[in-house]
This record gives sequence, structure tokens and C-alpha cells, in this order.
Amino acid sequence: MLIVSCPCCGVTAEETEFHAHGEAHITRHAMDASDEQMETYLFMRKNPKGVHFERWRHQNGCGKWFHMARDTATLEVFGTYSAQTLAPPEDLLAEIDAKRPGWRDRA
Amino acid sequence: MKKYSVFAVAREAMRHHTGWTRAWRDAAPKKRYDAIIIGAGGHGLATAYYLGKNFGITNVAILEKGWLGGGNTGRNTTIIRSNYLQDPSAAIFEKSRSLYETMSQDINYNVMFSPRGVIMLAQTEHEVRGYKRTAHANMLQGVKTEFVSPARVKELLPIINLDGPRYPVLGGLWQARGGTARHDAVAWGYARACSDMGMDVIQQCEVTGIRSEGGKVTGVSTSRGDIACDKLGIVVAGHSGQLAEMAGFRLPLESVALQALVSEPIKPCMDVVVMANTVHGYMSQSDKGEMVIGGGTDGYNNFTQRGAFQHIEETVRALIETFPMVSRLKMLRQWGGIVDMTGDRSPILSKTPVEGIFINSGWGTGGFKAIPGSGWGMAELMAKGHSPLTDAFGLERFSEGRFIDESVAAGVAH
Ligand SMILES: Cc1cc2nc3c(=O)[nH]c(=O)nc-3n(C[C@H](O)[C@H](O)[C@H](O)COP(=O)(O)OP(=O)(O)OC[C@H]3O[C@@H](n4cnc5c(N)ncnc54)[C@H](O)[C@@H]3O)c2cc1C
Ligand SMILES: [Zn+2]
Repeated sequence: MLIVSCPCCGVTAEETEFHAHGEAHITRHAMDASDEQMETYLFMRKNPKGVHFERWRHQNGCGKWFHMARDTATLEVFGTYSAQTLAPPEDLLAEIDAKRPGWRDRA
Repeated sequence: MKKYSVFAVAREAMRHHTGWTRAWRDAAPKKRYDAIIIGAGGHGLATAYYLGKNFGITNVAILEKGWLGGGNTGRNTTIIRSNYLQDPSAAIFEKSRSLYETMSQDINYNVMFSPRGVIMLAQTEHEVRGYKRTAHANMLQGVKTEFVSPARVKELLPIINLDGPRYPVLGGLWQARGGTARHDAVAWGYARACSDMGMDVIQQCEVTGIRSEGGKVTGVSTSRGDIACDKLGIVVAGHSGQLAEMAGFRLPLESVALQALVSEPIKPCMDVVVMANTVHGYMSQSDKGEMVIGGGTDGYNNFTQRGAFQHIEETVRALIETFPMVSRLKMLRQWGGIVDMTGDRSPILSKTPVEGIFINSGWGTGGFKAIPGSGWGMAELMAKGHSPLTDAFGLERFSEGRFIDESVAAGVAH
């Protein structure tokens, strides 16, 4: 059971209040996208065994979307952050660097 | 290898069972093989078996990082059916189901195939329409299924409560030739048959790297040294993405946990397999009397082979409404496996960007039933470069937008 803190309303609760919606920071290309870009956007996923950045929604709470950094091999939640960003915040990345040295080579 | 038979059992009974020999050799890796299969789950072993049996390719190694059948093959709830919607699915799943009927004789190993029938309950108007459509499609595909009335459902399943308050049973899709088999026996039986053909089944041998030269595969690095090969089959279910990364390409897959549980053993009360896809629960009774129960996948990417408790609770809660007797059962144990999900919920059986590497993955929550058919097709793909069973399941379908959409048809897809 994951314990999750919602960065939107500040509530900390069990995962049953939340819903996961897959990989975060996926680039959605414009109308002139190539077939390959479209395929990547729709189907290709990093699916790492380790550090994963993903989209979540506080479904049974404030209803807002946010992002989470989590380890898929241990289920440790590193932290949550705003959905209004293209990349994870630097302080969170530094924390993950300390806990999982070398993870960026595999990401 | 000694043949198993009624005479062998009688002979061994007379001499205190001292004459049984190892079912398969404990092989050490050689320097080179014609073909290497990564993953000794059902699909990897069946692929090797049909490489030998149908194409005479026996200089083969099957490499397994853990133990034989210790992945999803040994963790699944063993439902076998072929009532899918799309033609390519019906072809490979029906081929597979029919191979299960003769598998015990074919590999001289009792896999306890039990064609007891599978009923999929329709509990909403949409499901009624969906299953009628599937029944019509199956008729055209030559797969025998029928849409049956609630009264017939009650006949098949005396323990069912037809008029549950939320989801009354409005009918069902019945496949009389569907059923179950013993999962471990499928893995062990194929391993024995492969070993008998001279293949090496190598356990405790993790593939850590894939080597290629000029775009062509040359071998693998493993925890037990480097091994060369001409052809490589990646058949590792939830870890497909990791192996693809070693070979330098990506896959349209995500790995999630799927859980199952069994109850204490009780007297026989249900002799068919039942699936309730609207509420996400399904159930069968094992030969030992345990009720074998499963549901939908957990909600997020996961490699831990365990899931969250609330999913177990949801599954059981869903089943209690339709099968009130479940509420009186004690549950004995619960476990999880890591399943590899594709966007269209259909498998990938394909060549890859690296020449000589083939991939068999994406069976997600429903690949046990497909083991012999998938092995048959994958072996042909590896031996000849294409197969009528696998051609539609290539990787290119995702960029071409040519999906084999089973997500609607299958719901809870076991
Ligand atoms: C709880 C549960 C219930 C299910 N119920 C059903 C059902 O009722 N009916 C049905 O049809 N299907 C069902 N399935 C799905 C079915 O179990 C799978 O689709 C099927 O078993 C996949 O077989 P496989 O051989 O591809 O994978 P696996 O059996 O998982 O085998 C893959 C093997 O590859 C090995 N491996 C991984 N990485 C490496 C490496 N680097 N080097 C060497 N080896 C490696 C693993 O250790 C593993 O043994 C269920 C699955 C689960 C988890
Ligand atoms: Zn919130």
C-alpha cells in the first residue's frame, strides 16, 4: 500500500484515494507529427525497473492531477510534485541521485 | 528418458518407486547454440519444443534466471478459452486450445487439461450486446461458443445468485471446450520433452547483456558466462522491456502486477470456470477443492511480484454479490505476477530491429491459454521468418495503426 501526499491540497493518504495514470513527461507532438512520433507518444513507454515518473490524480479527494517519482522495483515513493511542469524538480532529482546512484544511466 | 505409462507406474509400485529418473538434465551452458531462448516460462519452453519437433532445430538452450516456470506460468489461474473477438486472436488462441486437448499424449506428461467449460457472465446490457457479437464472430471463425440464457447459466452454476442488486445476470458467453490445466505440469512437461531432444534447459542463468555485430545478433552475456548463438528468442513476459533495452530497442509495453488467491479446500460446488468481467472477478475450483480467484490488474507499473491488498478486497467483494457463498470462505494464500501489457491488449510475436532476435511478449493477463499455440507460431517465425499464426502480431502494427483490439472484447482478460 503506497502512502501518497497530494501536492495540490496537502492531504497525505493511502493509495486508495488516488489513481495512477501512467508515465509522465511524454511529449505530445503537433498536427504534423511523423508516424514514429505518434507511435512513441501513444504506445512507447520507458517502463523502467527502478525510478519512474508518473501522472496521478487525487481521485477521491481534491480531484486534481499531479506527478510522482516512485521506484517500481521497491514501491518506494520519492515524492510528488506539480503537474504544471515539463521535468521533475531539481531537489527531488538530487534526492533520488543520493538514494539510487547511477539511476540516470538506466532512465 | 523413460516413458511414463500405466506399466511404468505399476512397475515402480512393485519396487518402492526407486526406478524413477530425473525428468530433465541439469545442463551447464555450452559455448554456442543455433538458437537461444531467454525465459523458461511456458512460452519459451513451448517455442523450444516446437523448434525441435516441427523444424528439427535441437541445438537449443533455454536460459532461465530463476527456476523453471517460476514466472507467470507458475502463478496464473490457468483459464483456457479461445472466445476472442478478432480473427488473428481466434486463430492463435483456438490453435492453442486444440493443442491442449492432446498435449498430455504429445509430450507424455499429464498436464491435467480439464475441458470443463468457461462461462463469461453478461451483467449489463452492453455486455449482452458485446458477447452476442463475440458469439457471432466465433461462429464465423469456427470457434464453438454460444450465448446462453440466465436459466442455462443457473443450470451450469447452481451456486450463482442471478438477481444481484447491482448487476443481475442477463446471460452468458459459454465455451464448452474451454477449461483449465495444471500450470507447473505444462512447464515441467515441455522441459522434459526439450531435454529429451538434446536441448539444454539452464536454470539460475540470468541474461545480463545481448551482443550484436553489424545489426545482427551474435550471443548473450549471462551470470554463467558468454554464450554465442545465431538466433535469439526473448520470451520473458514482464521483463521484456529490460531485455529489449539490452538489445537496443524499445517496446510498447508496461509491466504491472496481477494478483490471485485461493480459498481453503471445500467439497465440489462448481464444475465450470466462471468469469464476471463487469465486476472484475473470476473463479474456478481446483481438483484439491480450493476456490481459485482472480481479478483485474493493480493500477501502476510494478516489478515486485506483489500487489496492493485493496485489489484483493475489491475482487472478493465483487464476487460475493454474485456468489454469496464466497463470503463464508477463508482465504489461504495470495500472490502476484508481473504481466506485460500492450496498448491493444494483444501479444507481440515479432522480428525486431536486430537481425536474428525475435520477441514473444505482451501476453499480459491471459497468456497461459496461449502457450502451445504461441510456441508453435513463434518456432515457425524463428525458423522461417514468418508464420500465418504470428504475422498479424508484429511490432509494426503500432506505427501502422493496425491494432488487434481485444481490450473491449476481453475486459478482464484471462
Ligand atoms: C495472477 C495471474 C493470473 C493469471 N491467470 C491467467 C489465466 O487464468 N489464464 C491465462 O491464459 N493466463 C493467465 N495469466 C497470464 C499468464 O500467466 C501469462 O501470460 C503467461 O504465463 C506468460 O508466460 P511466459 O512464458 O511468457 O512468461 P513467464 O512464465 O513469466 O516466463 C518468463 C521467464 O523469463 C525469466 N526471465 C526474466 N528475465 C530474465 C533474464 N534476464 N534472463 C533469464 N531469464 C529471465 C523469468 O524468470 C520467467 O521465468 C495470469 C497471470 C497472473 C500473474
Ligand atoms: Zn489533493
